[in-house]
Amino acid sequence: MQLFDLALIWAFIIGFGIIMYVLMDGFDLGVGILFPFAPSEDDRDVMMNSVAPVWDGNETWLVLGGAGLLAAFPMVYTIFLPALYIGVFLLLAGLIFRGVAFEFRFKARTSRYLWNWAFAGGSTVAAFAQGVVVGAYIQGFETANGVYVGGALDWLTPFTVLTGLGLLAGYALLGSTWLILKTEGRLQEWAYRITTPLLVAVLVVFGIISIWTPFVDELVSERWFSHLSVIWILPVLTLLCALQIWRSVRRRDEGLPFVSTMGLFITTYLGLIVSRWPYVVPPEYTLWEAASAYDSQLFLLLGLLFVVPIVLAYTAWTYWVFRGKVRAGEGYH
Amino acid sequence: MELDPLILSRIQFAFVVSFHAIFPVFTIGLASYIAVLEGLAFKTRNPVWETLSAFWTKVFAVVFGMGVVSGIVMSFQFGTNWSNFAQASANFLGPILSYEVITAFFLEAAFLGVLLFGRNKVPAGVHLFAAIMVATGTFISSFWILSANSWMQTPAGVELREGVFHVTSWSEAIFNPSFPYRFLHMAMASFLTGGFVVAGVSAWYLLKGREVEANRKALSMCLWLLLFIAPAQLVIGDFHGLNTLEHQPTKVAAMEGNWETSSNVPLLLFAIPDQENQRNLFEIGIPSMASMVLTHDWDGVVPGLNEVAVEEQPPVAIVFWSFRIMVGLGALMILFALAGLFLRPGGRYYQNRKFLQGLRFMSIAPFIAVLTGWFVTETGRAPWLVYGMMTQAESVTPSLTGGMALFTLIGYIVVYALVFAAGVYYLMRVLFVGLESEEEDTTDSPERPARPLSAAHVPFEYDSHGRPVPANDGGQ
Ligand code: HDD
Ligand code: HEM
Ligand code: HEM
Repeated sequence: MQLFDLALIWAFIIGFGIIMYVLMDGFDLGVGILFPFAPSEDDRDVMMNSVAPVWDGNETWLVLGGAGLLAAFPMVYTIFLPALYIGVFLLLAGLIFRGVAFEFRFKARTSRYLWNWAFAGGSTVAAFAQGVVVGAYIQGFETANGVYVGGALDWLTPFTVLTGLGLLAGYALLGSTWLILKTEGRLQEWAYRITTPLLVAVLVVFGIISIWTPFVDELVSERWFSHLSVIWILPVLTLLCALQIWRSVRRRDEGLPFVSTMGLFITTYLGLIVSRWPYVVPPEYTLWEAASAYDSQLFLLLGLLFVVPIVLAYTAWTYWVFRGKVRAGEGYH
Repeated sequence: MELDPLILSRIQFAFVVSFHAIFPVFTIGLASYIAVLEGLAFKTRNPVWETLSAFWTKVFAVVFGMGVVSGIVMSFQFGTNWSNFAQASANFLGPILSYEVITAFFLEAAFLGVLLFGRNKVPAGVHLFAAIMVATGTFISSFWILSANSWMQTPAGVELREGVFHVTSWSEAIFNPSFPYRFLHMAMASFLTGGFVVAGVSAWYLLKGREVEANRKALSMCLWLLLFIAPAQLVIGDFHGLNTLEHQPTKVAAMEGNWETSSNVPLLLFAIPDQENQRNLFEIGIPSMASMVLTHDWDGVVPGLNEVAVEEQPPVAIVFWSFRIMVGLGALMILFALAGLFLRPGGRYYQNRKFLQGLRFMSIAPFIAVLTGWFVTETGRAPWLVYGMMTQAESVTPSLTGGMALFTLIGYIVVYALVFAAGVYYLMRVLFVGLESEEEDTTDSPERPARPLSAAHVPFEYDSHGRPVPANDGGQ
């Protein structure tokens, strides 16, 4: 009677939405993380201007992620959010402060340093909290009858702290390669300089996480080590992307470092998905168990097919309107 | 004392949603006003319209930005604090809220950029189009969210199977019985908010003798608008109440402070509801008037609170008083609109200082009316969350402890207090600088960013003479 496996289609849609969010908000959070370390206040102006036109649209993908999960996989929404209750609050508080910092920093004189901190602090907290979510997902949740029954701080473990730091480093790398693309002169030179150390940091943390994960979860270790499977292609691709970042930075390419960093994120993300598939609320529930009613999934899917192409079109148009290098002294005012 | 996660969650939800609500209600009205100003500027080429539009766009940018950050919080509230409710109602609310994101939020975000920064980058027609799109987006947004809320008030088109709502008819669920009234009432409230704020600010400028020509035009426009929509709100509100009487009689009983079902019920102007003893301590009312208003018959029978068990009654005093404040302010608005008409001959409306002073204070009236209106609606449905089907107590997140809820409640209060203070401070600066700072706006550099608030680049600080100092402009 049910023509398509809608839950499967929705898993792809949500998966797409999440990686869109990670890549798009990732670089502007990354710019925030790097903010305090910039060579000068002028450079900070340029950094902010480089993401100012787009960060708001980027964040709307997060809202879509939340609403989309509620619509398609309500169990994910209603287990993750209670389980991560305190973490979600920190994430939202971080996003609020960095959001308003964009606006007020340029109006302030004496209080300017406060907004610098609001922007950097908010971005850092938000990025760390998102990394913790990833770690908590790998770790799994204590549930009974589809309801979270664990404690308030179960999500906070050494492992999730490490994944938090991992995403922090990853977003910083996205930020620095974005700056290579969008800036020039001294600031760009600085971005080139910090990219390689950031890359090393990312590789080290991702490496530790990869070694640790099989111990956290049996399914993962079985999947990766029981027999030599094709999924080993993913870490190989990740390393190739890393190599490409390193080489393109040495060659002073402008666009390639950013593109390769996105590649690094995508392959890592796919690695995470194949390790966990098809569990969306580990260790117990698969995507089919977490799905909403067939009817509801269908009702939204029909609209989505119509509207999302239009959304993508005008989003692309905004990026096009604000294309090119951001220079000092132009931009905000 | 044991901390109750249910009570704390209710306080938290009431706090964050009320904080959020004050921004949209203003931006919805203002977006339409800006679209009209842009249209007039486009058609007549009179620079006054463009000056006004540029000024109000700056204000809009600030308010809209605060609406966005507080809105993001809202979309996670259902999961963090009301997860049982989210689980039960996801089949309906999930698609509805997702439709809001894809049809409204993305639209608003994209075209806002063009509206704020594109004046010299895109042809005038495209700029006007952007203004219209932003205004349209705000209405699409309120369409979906009010449908969601109305469904919780008057659920339809669903059936409850094993604790989960399944949609049996999408059109019945979306266009549920109270939706048309709530949507119209809210749309009108948004126009009233926009209208009274613009009128109040213009009146204040006129009192100070600033930019008389532009402000007179703005005030005149507002007064004409208010003359129609203030009375219209009364009529819509009346129909809304009749609809509520049909579907949520207990709520109406609480609004009227009527404890016993009976005929010839008086319309109470003042009373102190005493819920413990199920009576009013002190009453002043117009005999039989409530019967007349609600049933259009002096001898009509009006349901009382005694129709339901005491535990199923909402907190009567909150509903009763909130309702009176809203209606009272509505009446005051009509009065001001009529005064505007009366003062029109000879242009006294922009010279009479008492009238202008009054308008100044009226600019906060719609915000209070909107909040108290929501208090009536939301508190009046207690103890139900989905009326007649799911209670608040059943809806709260099972793993939530009082300590966790208290932690985030205090957290949100602190964060919002800081953001709100900065935002209001900043809005005040925009208002002090006023319309004439418009010049700097026209020198649009090619890299102007497209997002809320940044259009409003007015300095934060003042020099020792109280004159505005241009802020440190991004290292220029
Ligand atoms: C009648 C209008 C109305 C009402 C009752 C609500 N909202 Fe709202 N909301 C809007 C009208 C609006 C808006 C006018 O569309 C805003 C204001 C600023 C903006 O960006 O859009 C908005 C913003 C906004 C955003 C940010 C959008 C973005 O990222 O651009 C979110 C996530 C929500 N809202 C969610 C909610 C939720 C979950 C609500 C209920 C509990 C809610 N809103 C009540
Ligand atoms: C935007 C204007 C709104 C305002 C000012 C508002 C205000 C309130 C208030 C004051 C309460 C507390 C009632 C009580 O506990 O006694 C409440 C409850 C609630 N409202 Fe609204 N509301 C608004 C819109 C919405 C919308 C659009 C939705 C859903 C789509 C919604 C969902 C809820 C829920 C789930 C509760 C239960 C939590 C609670 O009882 O506090 N509200 N609201
Ligand atoms: C002038 C006479 C007015 C009447 C008779 C009236 C009537 C009502 C009624 C009966 C409700 C509750 C409906 C329910 O919960 O089922 C309501 C709610 C509300 N009112 Fe009013 N109202 C009036 C004026 C105003 C004004 C001036 C504003 C704001 C500018 C306003 C804003 C609201 C809002 C925001 C709500 C909550 C949302 C809703 O349920 O529609 N009202 N009103």
